[in-house]
Amino acid sequence: MTDPVLETRDVCKSFGALRASRNISLDLNAGEIHAIIGPNGAGKTTLIGQICGTLKPDSGSVRLLGQDVTGLATRDRAQRGLGRTFQISSLAMEDTVLQNAVLGALGATANPWRFWKDVLKDTDLRTKAEEALHRVGLQDHALSRTAELSHGQRRQLEVAVALTKEPKAFVMDEPMAGMGSEGSKRLTEFLDELREQAPILLVEHDMDAVFALADRISVLVYGEVIATGTVDEIRSDAAVREAYLGEDA
Amino acid sequence: MIRETYLNALTLGLFVVIPAWALIADEPFTITLMTRAAIFAIAAIGLNIALGIGGLVSLGHAVFFGIGGYAMGILAYHAQTYTPLAEWPFLIDGTKSMPLIWLVAVVVSALAAFVIGTLSLRTTGVYFIMITLAFGQMFFFFTISWAEYGGEDGLSIYVRNGFPGLNTLAPIQFYGLCFVILCLVLLFTWRLSKSSFGLALNAARQAPVRVETVGLDPTRLKLVAFVISGAITGLAGALFADLNRFVSPTMFSWQTSGEIMIFLILGGVGRLYGPVVGALAFVALEHWLGGLSDYWHIYLGILLLLIVLFGRGGLIGLASGKAAVHD
Repeated sequence: MTDPVLETRDVCKSFGALRASRNISLDLNAGEIHAIIGPNGAGKTTLIGQICGTLKPDSGSVRLLGQDVTGLATRDRAQRGLGRTFQISSLAMEDTVLQNAVLGALGATANPWRFWKDVLKDTDLRTKAEEALHRVGLQDHALSRTAELSHGQRRQLEVAVALTKEPKAFVMDEPMAGMGSEGSKRLTEFLDELREQAPILLVEHDMDAVFALADRISVLVYGEVIATGTVDEIRSDAAVREAYLGEDA
Repeated sequence: MIRETYLNALTLGLFVVIPAWALIADEPFTITLMTRAAIFAIAAIGLNIALGIGGLVSLGHAVFFGIGGYAMGILAYHAQTYTPLAEWPFLIDGTKSMPLIWLVAVVVSALAAFVIGTLSLRTTGVYFIMITLAFGQMFFFFTISWAEYGGEDGLSIYVRNGFPGLNTLAPIQFYGLCFVILCLVLLFTWRLSKSSFGLALNAARQAPVRVETVGLDPTRLKLVAFVISGAITGLAGALFADLNRFVSPTMFSWQTSGEIMIFLILGGVGRLYGPVVGALAFVALEHWLGGLSDYWHIYLGILLLLIVLFGRGGLIGLASGKAAVHD
């Protein structure tokens, strides 16, 4: 078997007495969607922070494409192919949808140091940005201001910005949060195809989406992975049912 | 309500029509006032790049204004006294050439902005304001005790510096020079705001995490913005010193930093023409209200208060009916 695209090895992180991550070892293989589920406060956001570089693990390592990236800043991990979407949309709200997407494409070039040429007239960047918007279905909103988008549309834009970078792996923090059922159904279909392009580490509360999409699921409880397995395995795991899904799940 | 583009054209038009009228009517003082407005506008355009686009609330831009001023003062002082500026490691003479003075002003201001920016950008919010203010005060007290260049009394330069092909002593010609520089700086800022750098800097103000996530360094973007910003304000400082043929530590004072910020708030933060409208309005108020009462600052204060409370987009925002900046 080939190396996993993204991997954490024995990652530990404590905040004072709270052990938010306890020896977390996860991997994400090419072509799969690996979902991470767990009750509130289980340490999902802390884990994502360590994978993306906003938090530094106390011990353990994070590996991307076989290389140790534990010591790298967020932007360097992004340059190496990590695409992230946020739980709470983090976009330039005053800018247009297109400008946000172009920013993603610009980030991929790692060269913002041009002071004269109109960035929206840069054919390469613009094509990439428009393609990404088209893929998530926001092409008709390209010139709207981001602040005017609905909550669900902002999530789509988050995904589009990540797409412009053609990442090697996606880390998505609750992409379905706050979406209507129609929106999350569409996004589910979209992510289903997206895994062919790059595998997705998916943190999600929407269980319908998780069960529909995930190749594997890891269950995080009190900072610890209590089970990893296929959808069926997780559904029938007694410890998981007790800890998380509830008896009647 | 007036479209913002018309308003901008109107503003630039005033910078042509008023001096032209003053020339015909033989009112040199009005030309001097307009020169003052143009120079203030350049200084505030500099601040607008850091504050308006980059979100860096610098209360220390007097540092760059002052450096520009002292670059002119020191170089011209050595030229008029025929003393060398430095004899070691090699002989450096003073100069009365404006282009050379501008170059020195821009380079030294940019260097200072790089050092101050590098240190200040470790902080954000109110701490950033305080640390830039502290740098301003450092320079202020340094120049006060700099006896070689006049200390508290400053330096007088008897003849305005020269520009090839122009008689800079004629008010209208010096004004023309300042106006052309204003237009060039406006053009540069306009291009910058639409460029790759402008897009990334604009996003770094609104959502630094986003910029980081797409793989760029928001702090470095802000530092470069601060350097460009300081260089432009430094250029304005050199022009201001030449307008008055005098430099003093006042140029470094925190009041100067405050005034540059007032131009910006008055006109509209983050708008291309905000600094221009603000500087023009300030000079007009200073002149008219100053003629009515020695306490004209009170009225300026009331106006500022009203703008901050009711018109966050500054005078341009009020006139065009758009509070937010968007194209």
